[in-house]
This record gives sequence, C-alpha cells and structure tokens, in this order.
Amino acid sequence: MAVAAAPAQPAAAARAHPVARLIRRRLAIGVVTLFLVSVVVFLATEVLPGNAAYAILGHNATPVRVRALEVALHLNRGVLGQYWSWVSGLFTGNPGHSLVNGQPVWGYVEPRIINSAVLVFVVGAIGALAGVALGAVAALRKDGWLDHVTSVIALAVTSLPEFVVAIALVIVLSTVIWHVLPAVSLLAPGSYAWSQPELLVLPAATLVIVIVPYILRMMRAAMVEALESDYVEMARLKGVPEWRVVLVHALPNAIAPTIQVIGLNFLYLAGGVVVVEYVFNFPGIGQGLVSAVSDRDIPVIQFIVLVLAAFYVVMNIITDVIALLATPRRRIAR
Amino acid sequence: MAVDAPAAPAAQPGQTRRIRRPQWGTLLSATRTPRGAIGLGLASLVVLVAVVGPLVAPNSPDALVTLAFGKPSGEFPLGGDSLGRDVLSRVLDGGRALLVMATCATALGVAGGAAAGVSAAYLRGVSDGIIMRAVDVILSFPQLVFALLLLSLLGPKLWLITIAVGVSHGPQVARVLRSATLDLSERDFVKAAELQGMRPVKVMWKEILPNLVSPLMVEAGLRLTYSIVIIAGLAFLGFGQPPPAASWGTMINENRDGLSLDPWAVIVPALLIALLTIGTNTFTDAFARVAIGVDRRPDEAALIEDLSQGLGE
Repeated sequence: MAVAAAPAQPAAAARAHPVARLIRRRLAIGVVTLFLVSVVVFLATEVLPGNAAYAILGHNATPVRVRALEVALHLNRGVLGQYWSWVSGLFTGNPGHSLVNGQPVWGYVEPRIINSAVLVFVVGAIGALAGVALGAVAALRKDGWLDHVTSVIALAVTSLPEFVVAIALVIVLSTVIWHVLPAVSLLAPGSYAWSQPELLVLPAATLVIVIVPYILRMMRAAMVEALESDYVEMARLKGVPEWRVVLVHALPNAIAPTIQVIGLNFLYLAGGVVVVEYVFNFPGIGQGLVSAVSDRDIPVIQFIVLVLAAFYVVMNIITDVIALLATPRRRIAR
Repeated sequence: MAVDAPAAPAAQPGQTRRIRRPQWGTLLSATRTPRGAIGLGLASLVVLVAVVGPLVAPNSPDALVTLAFGKPSGEFPLGGDSLGRDVLSRVLDGGRALLVMATCATALGVAGGAAAGVSAAYLRGVSDGIIMRAVDVILSFPQLVFALLLLSLLGPKLWLITIAVGVSHGPQVARVLRSATLDLSERDFVKAAELQGMRPVKVMWKEILPNLVSPLMVEAGLRLTYSIVIIAGLAFLGFGQPPPAASWGTMINENRDGLSLDPWAVIVPALLIALLTIGTNTFTDAFARVAIGVDRRPDEAALIEDLSQGLGE
C-alpha cells in the first residue's frame, strides 16, 4: 500500500523517516504476533480436552487434590480471568510456581536462560565467522576441490538431526576413540556456564557444525555473484590489486544477503538448543523444557515456550532491521 | 544449472500454454543424476531395512537374551542393549513407526500448508491477512518446541506427535506456495478460467494446483527430511513409542550410557537415521535442481523473498 501512496505525497514527506517508519511497522507486527503467541501458549495448555489438573494427577486422583491443584493453576476462574492472571504475573515478574517442587518458576528458569544465551551467542558468533570465511574461500576457488568437498559435506550435514551430530562427537571425542572432553556438561544447579568453559565445548561444537553449512552456502552464492559483477570487473580493469578487490569490493556486498541467513540460524538455535542441551545435560532452557514436559510442569512449560517464542519474534525483527540497514536501496522510500 | 530440464514450471508471464506435463519424467531424470541416484539408493536401503527387518529379525526385540551392553558375538552380532536385549533385532524392528509417522506428518503438513498458501495468495484481502497472521504465529515457535507444547498435556501419543509435526510444517509450506501462487494467479489461463465463470475453489484446484506440482514435490521432500529429524528427535528425548517398543531414536538414548562397552548399540541406529535423512535430502536436492533449477533451498529462498517483500512495503 505504501508503494502506491508514496508517489502521491510530497517527496520531502515521503523521505522523512522511511527507515523509522519501516521499523515501527515491523515492531507493531511483532507486538501483535507476541500477543497471539501468548494466547496460543495459554490455550494449548488450558483448553485441550480434559482438565489440566486431571491430566497431571491422573484420573484416580482424590477430589481434594484436584481441587487444590485447580486453585494453584487458577482453573477455578473463567478462561479470561485465567489468562489475565497469567499475563499480569508475567509482567510483574511472577510467572507462577513449579508444580513439581513449588519453587518460583523465575528462579528455576533464570540461570538457564543465561546459560542458553551464552551458548547461543558463542555458537552464533563462531558459526557466522566460520561460515562467512569458508563460503568466501569456496567462492574464490569455485569448482576447485575445496568447493566440491564443502558443498557435499554441507548437503550431508544439513540433513542430519542435531542429536546424531552430538552423538558422533561424543563417540569420537569423549568415549570410544579419544577421551579428551567431558561427555556431559554437569554443572552445579544455579551455576553459570562460564565457570567451566570446557563444558561448553561439545554443545557449542555440535551447534556450530549444524549451522555453518547454511551460512556457507549463502555466502558462497552471494560471493560468486559479487565476483562476477560489473563493479568487480571495473575495479580489476582499473588495476586494483586482487586482495583489495576481494576484501573491499566483493566481500561487503556478499555479506549483506548472508546476514539474513545468519539471523535465520539464530532463530534455528532457539529450537536447536533443546535437543543438544538434553544430550549433554547442559543446564539451559532447552533441557529445562524437556524435563518440564516429562513432568507435565505446566507453569514452567508455558514460561519457557513463551521465552523461546519471544526470542524468535525479537530476533526476526532484528534480522529484518539489520538487513534493511545493510541494503541501501531499500532505505529509500519507493 | 539444469537448464535442459524437461519440465520448467516457471513459464514466462503472459504465456497461455499450461504446463501440465506429468512429473514422473522429472522424477525419473532426477534419479539419473549422480546426486539423485545416491540419495534414492541410501533412502531405499534404510526403508528396506525398516520394512523387511521385522521379518528377518533373529530374536524378539523385547526378549532379554544376552548381557546388558554385552560385547558383539557370533550369536548377537551387534551385542546387547541396556537391558540385555538383542541390538540387531531391535534395530531391524525399530524403523517402521518412524517411517509411517514421518510420511503421515509430511502428507498432512504439505496438504494443509498448500491449501492455506494457495488460498491466501489467490483469494487475497482478508483471507490472506488472516492466514498469513496465523502462519506468523505458528512460525514463532521452533518446530520441536511447538510439538513439545502440544505433547505436554496429552502425553506422547503417536497420533498426536504425527499431527503436531504435520501442523508445524504447515506455515513453511504455506509461505513457499503462497509466493508461487502470487505469480501464477496473474497468468492469462487463470484470467480466462475466471472469465468463464469458474468458481474460485475450482480455479485453484483445476488451474493453479496442477502448475504447482514441482514446488509441491520439492516441499514434500524437504518436509519428509525434517519430519524424520523431528520425530526421531522426539523419540530420542523420550517422547515416542512407549517402552519396550524399539525405535532408533529411543535406542540411541537408552544405550548411550554403555557407549564404551558396546558402541554399536548407538552407532547403528544413529547411522540408519543419518543415512535416511541424507538420502531423502540429497534426492530432494537433485529433484529441485532438475525440476526448478534452483541452487538455493526453496524454503530459504521464500523466506528471504518474504522478508524483502515485507520490508519493501
């Protein structure tokens, strides 16, 4: 709609803050999505057939216990009232209490969020650097042996489930062949990942192996395109040294589209941490989710799923905004 | 890349001739490329193991016949598992449910996603807005997390896992098919059908869908790979067939404590899952190159296209 409206407006008004307008619009969509996500999370755990209290306690539970649990879960109120007490709890920093041990959900989840965040950002940074570097080299050596090898390995690795990669690393590095790294990341409850960095190595390595192929493929394609472009040809004809052509002319233009794929991989990590943390018993949010689902600890499930979804929505917005800023022609109002 | 492909669905705008060639030719030529042949070979091998396996298994998969994590021997070539059951028999028995569930979840997700994506693009307006907002909401959950959310209340029922995985595929399929339909619905043959008074549902079914067979098949291949990954992953996490049933994902988790005693109890099921997903993904890649001539995965391409459309507005 903005496309049709823009030419009608005075040029100055249309150019006022096109980037700011796009970002505002993107944020508004994000807020609406987050609201709908919270409704889905809430309804999925409340409206599914069967009372949640019976689902947790089993069908031969005593009425007294069912009643007590209904009160704990606010099931004795109407659906709107339940939703309201849950959401207002989230905003006041009180997402409820665990059904398993009665501890506050926040106290259980908070150290896990930090551990997972450390894992995700370590993996994202290493993965992005490795993917961009390998992709650029593959493009420079297009159709060479390195290009063919990385392309075949990338296709194979993108097919593999994370837990297969993780198990392969455990077999090679910590049990059957060598014993150089711990197979499980046993941390004292409530302690943080950076206190024992060696425990981060295998979970991080698994996730890096999983995300690098996607970034590599995108970077290679974008770099090949950039190297065959007219401006690179022009630079070469002017006698610009080759290293400068690659680093100053081709690379920055190839990185712009790759940023979006790096963003997509951060999104992937929100789900990828679940299995990998479980494999290594890494005390993060994903492992917390798996054990909460096993125990049917609904308040914990609701909160962790909402945190992961919020991360997803926010990362999506950040990716869009960075892509917008990295691609100058999109900044101009059309 | 694959310029001489027999069927090229991306016809020029304004071209009135419909491309409705049977897709079997494309499938066949995909199997003749090296990648296609390797992919099909690997996947068929694993399917063969899963289908024929239960018939030739030497022992009952549930019988305690050897030592826990017993070393491989002549009678038990892959050794014993965590409880002393025959690993070979459990491997041979453990693939069927995964294959059936992954196939059903893929069919559900591709059919539902295609219906949503095609109607959103063809009907436009309010339907498009509602469908795409719903897509955004489901896309905000990582697929595995979405499945876990649904499983958390009803417990790990096999039908529920299948439906949850199918539903989590829907939005991605819908996005890809929506952008494909947006191009198609401006073509002359669609306009001609509309002018003849054909009802929208019939236009979508008779005129648009037949021209989307190639992207649909690529999507089906990708979703099949992801279904296998997610369903095997859920089994690995303990949300699959209840014990004592054998399944490859569960076996990896049950037997990893004994990795240093009998690594085969973990390596063989992991290898079978890996060969299966590499097989389906490689074949899909070969098919996509022949049928659409893309070097980039269609889901990535559609996502990026979608992002730029959203930003360009």
